[in-house]
Amino acid sequence: MTQAPPSDTARRKSGFARAIEHMFTRNIPAKIAATPMVTTVLVVFIGCTIWTIWYSFTGSRLLPSNEFVGLAQYERLFSTSRWNVSVRNLLFYGAFSLVFTLSIGFLLAVLMDQKIRFESAFRTIMLYPFALSFIVTGLVWQWIMNPTLGLQGTLRNMGWESFTFDWIARGDMVLYALLIAGLWQGTGFVMVLMLAGLRSIDDEIWKAARVDGIPAWRTYLFIVLPMMRGVFVTAVVLVGAGIVRLYDLVVALTNGGPGISSEVPAKYVYDYMFTAGNIGQGLAASTMMLVSVIIIIVPWAYLEFGGRGKNQ
Amino acid sequence: MNRYVLAGAVSAAALLGATAVHAADLEVTHWWTSAGEAAAVAEFARVFEEQTGHNWVDSALAGSGTGANPVIISRIIGGNPMGATQMNTGRDAEELIQAGLMRDLTDIAEEMNISEFYVDETLLEPCTYEGRIYCFPVNIHSWDWLWLSTAAYEEIGQPVPTNWNEYVESWPALEEAGILPFGLASGWPIAGIPGVLIAGVGGSDLVLSINRDKSVDAVRSDEFRAVAEALDDIRSVVSPETMVPSFGDVGNQLLTGEAAGNIHGDWLQGDLQVAGGVPGEDYECLPALGMGDQLTGGGDSFFFPVLPDGTDPEVVEAQTELARLLISPEAQLAFNLKKGSMPIRTDIDLSGANTCMQKAIGLLDNGLLPSGDFALSSDTQQQLQDLSIEFLDNDSISIDEYIDRYASIIESAD
Repeated sequence: MTQAPPSDTARRKSGFARAIEHMFTRNIPAKIAATPMVTTVLVVFIGCTIWTIWYSFTGSRLLPSNEFVGLAQYERLFSTSRWNVSVRNLLFYGAFSLVFTLSIGFLLAVLMDQKIRFESAFRTIMLYPFALSFIVTGLVWQWIMNPTLGLQGTLRNMGWESFTFDWIARGDMVLYALLIAGLWQGTGFVMVLMLAGLRSIDDEIWKAARVDGIPAWRTYLFIVLPMMRGVFVTAVVLVGAGIVRLYDLVVALTNGGPGISSEVPAKYVYDYMFTAGNIGQGLAASTMMLVSVIIIIVPWAYLEFGGRGKNQ
Repeated sequence: MNRYVLAGAVSAAALLGATAVHAADLEVTHWWTSAGEAAAVAEFARVFEEQTGHNWVDSALAGSGTGANPVIISRIIGGNPMGATQMNTGRDAEELIQAGLMRDLTDIAEEMNISEFYVDETLLEPCTYEGRIYCFPVNIHSWDWLWLSTAAYEEIGQPVPTNWNEYVESWPALEEAGILPFGLASGWPIAGIPGVLIAGVGGSDLVLSINRDKSVDAVRSDEFRAVAEALDDIRSVVSPETMVPSFGDVGNQLLTGEAAGNIHGDWLQGDLQVAGGVPGEDYECLPALGMGDQLTGGGDSFFFPVLPDGTDPEVVEAQTELARLLISPEAQLAFNLKKGSMPIRTDIDLSGANTCMQKAIGLLDNGLLPSGDFALSSDTQQQLQDLSIEFLDNDSISIDEYIDRYASIIESAD
């Protein structure tokens, strides 16, 4: 202990150094544990996103190249009728799918919440389609909806000659056919989420509502529903993400047909990247998909996290 | 499969005594999965295993060119190359060759003196890069065939048409009898039809100026308008409800007389044969729609990817032997008779070929025209396919709009 005390500047320096040192040494186990996640986010998510965006501005064909072509890929993209039809289809499918998945899911959850018998059996039945992949779902419904082999053919053979259910072969109706298959697969999952939300509502609320003489349906809509906001947001995000990446269901059910009337953006990306060997065009399309996701996510994230951050 | 394994084992055992080579496993990818195609590729495997003692590890990929090509390409780019692979003769593999991912076969080509027996030198063009050869075409395929059902025409009591115009004139009578005038499979089979019409209805010059010269004026010419009108005729008799899932199903429709005709490549013939059809009796074939005297040609080629360092030299040797063997007379004859395609050698006896193939061989002397598959990049092909699929389904697209859009694709084509 004969060392001289450090001078003033040295102490200040060491204070700064200590702060830096602290950043790396304090709570080391937590930092080590977080490293893989941070690396994954930086490399896989952010790195690949930047890679994607950069190469969408190049003339890359089968192999990536750095030949810069400006907005040429985007100009071509938006003058391609197949892409424009794809976007329109996705908007249509997305709007209907979101509304119906959530409302049917909630309705089923409410029905399930009525202290019915065999609830777990019903829950299993409703959730079962979700255990099937979209490919299986698509193939099953392709057979059911096939005009000559499926429901229409069967009922006509049984004598109901005028029965018509040929949506899958009609360009103007094929999106509804997609919706049927999509809803059949997805609503069970939303129902289970909503049911968990309903069960988390305190019984006291129900008792209070009953004392006040509020009818059950109003309690559900105006008291319980707003209290389930968290569950709703989760369901919207999950269903929304499923809509944007809609691909396998279309491939299995219609393969984009008849004609191009059920094409979706993800299929355009795949076809141009892999079959047509045009990475630049495929990445331009996938960048547009990213932009659409950001347009939806950012305002929501701002409302959800931004405001609260300022208050605290 | 057992049959090949057994054949391989027997031949390997026979060779072991004599040459004491140890057998290498060579993985071969291809998309020959329909009945006729599978029978044809089995011939390659048989000859390979009998003559070299190596094992042909068969990796058939489903989904034809559009489904299998991406798998093959991503395996090669991703550093997991197969020993050998089939791809279409044309520009699909162009960038792989330029990137040095394909094995240089020039030495084998020179040793075998391939320029002496290749039926048409233009076939080797897509395989050639900077004077070196990187693939061997193994057959010549042509889309330019009109297949007609004898049974359907017997039913309506008319002679089987001998060209496209007669065929179109027979449609009303066919429809009246409840026969599908034009059988069609959904998806990629639609993509080949415009090219066939360009060659048959439009003529050889139109093919050259569109596919080779990428001339927009040619697309706006009267000849091309006739092509678009013919496609419009087809549109008027096909509907999504009558489309079948695969081209093999159309073959069945033809044999049973459910459908009267179909435009499809000559590989349909392999399936017709497997199903027991006899040309001239059960079906008729009209090359170049019975109108032209030249066929557009492409076909299949074999590529041998550069294998990673540290690969067993035996496997590389097996590649060399397979490359030699694929274009040998024996394998060419056995393969092409089953496949329904034309061999790439001029020096083999094709008296065993059926009447349709004989017709094609006759036309081959007039030289091949470059098909779209052959001359256009896969990007352009995809755009043209999208356009054709949309046009055939959507009656609101006028002929003028079709021509405009076709022209704009050709304008930016490469």
